[in-house]
Amino acid sequence: MSDTAKPLGDAEIDDKSKRDFLFTTTGTVAAVGAAAAAWPFIHQMNPAADTLALSSTEVDLGPIEEGQSITVVWRGKPVFIRHRTSTEIKSAREDDKKVLPDNETDAERVKNPQWLIMVGVCTHLGCIPLGNKGGENKGEYGGWFCPCHGSHYDTSGRIRRGPAPTNLAIPEYTFVSDTRVKIG
Amino acid sequence: MAIKVKVFYAPLLAIFVISGAWITAFNVLAAGTAPQPPKQDWSFSGMFGTFDRPSTQRGLQVYREVCAGCHSLKQVDFRHLAGIGYSENQIKAFAAEADVVDGPNDEGEMFERPGIPADQLPNPYPNKKAAAASNNGKAPPDLSLMTKARFNGPDYVYALLTGYVDAPPELEVPDGGNYNTYYPGHIIAMANPLVDDGVEYQDGTKASIEQQARDVTTFLSWTAEPELEARKALGIKVLIFLIILTALLYRVKKVIWRDVQ
Amino acid sequence: MSSNASKAFKNPVVNWIEYRLPIFSFVDNSLGSQYPTPKNLNYFWNFGSLAGITLGIMIVSGIVLAMHYTAHVDHAFDSVERIMRDVNYGWLIRYIHMNGASMFFIVIYIHMFRGLYYGSYHAPREILWMLGVLILLAMMATAFMGYVLPWGQMSFWGATVITNLFSAIPIVGDDIVTLLWGGFSVDNPTLSRFFSLHYLMPFVIVGLVVLHIWALHVHGSNNPIGIDAKTDQDTIGFHPYYTAKDLFGFGAFMTFFMFFVFFAPNFFGEPDNYIEADSLVTPAHIVPEWYFLPFYAILRAFTADFFLYAFTPISWIMSAKLAGVLAMFASILLLLGMPWLDGSKVKSSQFRPLFRMFYWLFFVNCIVLGIVGGKPAEGVWIYIGQATTTYYFAHLLFIVPLISRLERPAAPPDSISAAVTAKAKKVSLDRFNPAEPAMAPGE
Repeated sequence: MSDTAKPLGDAEIDDKSKRDFLFTTTGTVAAVGAAAAAWPFIHQMNPAADTLALSSTEVDLGPIEEGQSITVVWRGKPVFIRHRTSTEIKSAREDDKKVLPDNETDAERVKNPQWLIMVGVCTHLGCIPLGNKGGENKGEYGGWFCPCHGSHYDTSGRIRRGPAPTNLAIPEYTFVSDTRVKIG
Repeated sequence: MAIKVKVFYAPLLAIFVISGAWITAFNVLAAGTAPQPPKQDWSFSGMFGTFDRPSTQRGLQVYREVCAGCHSLKQVDFRHLAGIGYSENQIKAFAAEADVVDGPNDEGEMFERPGIPADQLPNPYPNKKAAAASNNGKAPPDLSLMTKARFNGPDYVYALLTGYVDAPPELEVPDGGNYNTYYPGHIIAMANPLVDDGVEYQDGTKASIEQQARDVTTFLSWTAEPELEARKALGIKVLIFLIILTALLYRVKKVIWRDVQ
Repeated sequence: MSSNASKAFKNPVVNWIEYRLPIFSFVDNSLGSQYPTPKNLNYFWNFGSLAGITLGIMIVSGIVLAMHYTAHVDHAFDSVERIMRDVNYGWLIRYIHMNGASMFFIVIYIHMFRGLYYGSYHAPREILWMLGVLILLAMMATAFMGYVLPWGQMSFWGATVITNLFSAIPIVGDDIVTLLWGGFSVDNPTLSRFFSLHYLMPFVIVGLVVLHIWALHVHGSNNPIGIDAKTDQDTIGFHPYYTAKDLFGFGAFMTFFMFFVFFAPNFFGEPDNYIEADSLVTPAHIVPEWYFLPFYAILRAFTADFFLYAFTPISWIMSAKLAGVLAMFASILLLLGMPWLDGSKVKSSQFRPLFRMFYWLFFVNCIVLGIVGGKPAEGVWIYIGQATTTYYFAHLLFIVPLISRLERPAAPPDSISAAVTAKAKKVSLDRFNPAEPAMAPGE
């Protein structure tokens, strides 16, 4: 305002291209700043440090007898741990040769054939399939059956019939010892 | 131009000075009956300050061997110790030393298990009432935020830990009380916790009372403000960015206003 | 249709939308080149837009904090510490929100003192001014409830003291306090409802701000000489001139704001609030946040022997406690009456030397009230508090009306453009600018 009565002494701002350069630079710097400032407000929704710290869980397999399954909670989701019978292992391996909706061999899905460990969440829309407890409907392939929309899983947890697109997911896990497994 | 900038900042400056005066007023007021703790030179003060790692780790040792018998640190988990330079395995080892009550298990019983990094540092008492009952009715405060919960917190904690002296003869110290120069009212329930060579530092540092006080204060400043280093590092970048942006915006404003008569 | 050919935009998509929803001309008319703005506004006029931006920052950071906060007495304090320690950038967002509250009040107080100095409350901007006072009240309620949420010692005892103010109301006072608490002390029901209302109030403020801006646009901004724009010579488009100037102000403000967030985040705070609330231990000195201190001083000034109470009819009808509470609310509500208390025909203090002198006295008085509010109520502070409280009310109720009737103001320039031209000449002579308010008190 008060400076308008006298020349600024800046020859550069008379030059339109230099003026445009100033505007573009400022706009770019401001845009970069705005984008950077947005990040903390987005990233805060990602899992917090305490949530991540609890993302592994150890399970004692000792008490689970052959033919039994248990359900443990890992990252808020059920994980099915099944001590498979030899019949189940055999039937799973036989089906390896068939054409399946989501081709995977049984060997690819287990580290130790006796123990099938997978996330108990139907890959269709997230319901929990039946079949992990005695007396529940195990579906047409003797594995698991999701009652929400009728997906059938076999004894290796592979999708065989129904709307689910993929096999039940296998979480990261390692055997700490013969009878202890660490999931996550 | 210089005048205009000055005029713009004048009200902000005024507010700055006024609020400064208020805070100073509080400081004087909060000191109450105790003298102001002397100002110390801390590794983490100033715009570029960071926690002196060896000192912080020694401070953890002092906390574990001296303070942890009575004072909890409930905002701190073992995994947080990665922030002062411990490796995952060291943290696991620390955690495993603690017995953590967990449960209920499938039989409905609570059980004890070794700690994991996601556990809190162990609390010396099961609850506040138990803490009070064991300490003449006054529960020792949690130390997680101690340096933020006092005016000039780090200086105060250091002064308090090194401020145990004999009471003046005219003053009668009641049973269960101790005389401390820097505690408001001077009579503090906590007995002098530090003695020379009360801990044995692994790095060979001489464990004088002052050294222990300095180390444990550094550690407690970290537990109070674990974000301090990240905050200052990001802050420098943000301020530099904003100063550049503001300078550019000032140029833009000048250019745009140039033809206004 | 009444589509205006001169309003047509170049971009056909913009035109297509504009024909159906005239949002582009709406923006252009309210913040764009079509909003005529006096060309002589100084930097004190930046604080309106800064207040709007700060409100936005508070709402965004607040919504994010609410995603992680737990409004329960057993978890509130720990959930805030979890935000500080474990949530990604939680410390940053919380410190922005915490310091943002102080920034908001700094900006608003400067904005209000600017209005008082340049007489921005005069006709035809009375409703604009009154809406501003209502915004201040809503902000205060929001800030108070927000301060309770971390559930520290100051949160708890601040809530206890402030809700107890209502117990001063005769007959139903205690019932009202119980109602506010939802129990027999400040406890979990109180915390839950404060959280709910703290989330609601900012949107009430947004509503008031919309009305405030609407009222502003009817007659446009006041300006330092207080003579409304007469011709096109007096105004310039809001865009690009004031958008550019406001953006510069925004940059400077953010630098100031972020300095505190990153390097002195607890400067405006109270250490006691890092101690979890304990209903059995009162902190040695309960002080409200700095922005409440002047009003807190007025509240405490009313003691049984305060002459304004003891020697006036006030003491016949109410207790000193009630008088203090009413005086505190009155000190803000009285501002609503400024347009009528000040009957001057000339708006700007620039042309009212006597008014200006008392304005600065009032300003200093407010600062002193704030200092007193932060001191313990003992010794000389009691008398200083009572003297400044007396002046606060005397200024608004007697001095301002009297001056406006007695003072002969200097003759203002004919128009904004005349003032700008005269000023430009003077600046080119000596570069000293006597019209700048920051330099006015010495005159």
